[in-house]
Amino acid sequence: MEIPYTVTPRPDTQLWNAKIGIWLFLASEVMLFGGLFSGYVFLRLGAEPGFWPHGLLNVPVGTMNTAILILSSVTVVMAWASLKMRRYTHYLVYLGATIVCGLIFLVVKLAYEYPQKFDHFGIYLKEEARLKYEPYLGNEHLAKKGLAPRTEITGHLHAVDISRDGREEEVEIHSPSEVSHLAQEKGVQILGYHINLDTENADPTNPANDRPHFWHKPPSEKQAHVEAKDVLWATAFLPKHSNYFATYFTITGLHGLHVFGGIVVFTYFFFRSRKMYDAEPEHLANRLEVAGLFWHFVDLVWIFVFPIFYLL
Amino acid sequence: MSTPSTHSQPGHENEHAAVTVHVRAYMLVFGALLVLTGVTVALSYFDFGSMQANIVIAMIVATVKAGLVALIFMHLNHERRQIYVLLAFTVFFACGLFFLTWLHYWDPIRLPH
Repeated sequence: MEIPYTVTPRPDTQLWNAKIGIWLFLASEVMLFGGLFSGYVFLRLGAEPGFWPHGLLNVPVGTMNTAILILSSVTVVMAWASLKMRRYTHYLVYLGATIVCGLIFLVVKLAYEYPQKFDHFGIYLKEEARLKYEPYLGNEHLAKKGLAPRTEITGHLHAVDISRDGREEEVEIHSPSEVSHLAQEKGVQILGYHINLDTENADPTNPANDRPHFWHKPPSEKQAHVEAKDVLWATAFLPKHSNYFATYFTITGLHGLHVFGGIVVFTYFFFRSRKMYDAEPEHLANRLEVAGLFWHFVDLVWIFVFPIFYLL
Repeated sequence: MSTPSTHSQPGHENEHAAVTVHVRAYMLVFGALLVLTGVTVALSYFDFGSMQANIVIAMIVATVKAGLVALIFMHLNHERRQIYVLLAFTVFFACGLFFLTWLHYWDPIRLPH
């Protein structure tokens, strides 16, 4: 059966079918992402002072990824314009560029940004213990400036103190996941954490550290020892770290899936367009327009994701 | 089924000219989006007095960027009426969704603390 109204408008809607179809789909996508964004707003407004982290993401890398996604929106619309002007080679070049941009975005996210987070460690301190760790928190300094207190010590974990069957020892840690494995071992109890401090904790009263930096700095050489009894909870930068990372991974993960879906569709077009182009170029142009509308929507979502997670 | 005639349908030349005009707009929007991305990043390191003020300003810039994408790249500056009707419903229900969140902060039964 042939699909009707692929090129000519349907008399009652005045639109070719796929156009109204994609807009209906995008309307449902607005509700999907809208629900998650409103969840973000809800959690953020309800966060206690000091419990909504700032400056934990790599801003230059996020900015670069934003630019790449914007570029891919331009290339896909140029691919469509090329089809409209019947320039098939141009179309393939622009479509290929779009696929490459999408892949770069995903690789940066999955192979660089996410793993960097999984490797980072955060220790939230009990309220009554915060004074003891004041040299790493600088809360007196922050209070004078009217800023939210620090409740967490972050950096790279390099060792933990444990008691194994009553005997105390220090175990070197190469990745935060080793801690959870250790904690699950029978007869093992975590007694303390040795952590290489992030800049804000290494030099907490330096006014330069009052607000997050643009350039991402690796943890300093300075170390701190945090006793387990003072810890509210300690974990790598995973969804369980905080509401912040839970919403970050949920929304960027879902967004990444959408980028992946777009890449799959464009790759199909890249290899399977010639026949349709020769027979019905307008139909192909409409197909690409519809896929492009989806792609622009994904870009549009990122335009909001970038500031709310990376910058604010 | 390849015939030269499908590549030069009547009225196609006009459309060609229209698309060329579009392409210029796409390039301008591309430049504007990159600049506005830089602006968003720069403004976030400027203290507007409170976090709320910074958030509002960042959201204004993001909305302008999103508007450019929607109007120019997604062709919403010259779309059929039916699409706008559909989008009006979307906006209405999306606002409803955020309203539900806001309800949490509107508490008619205020308990004494």
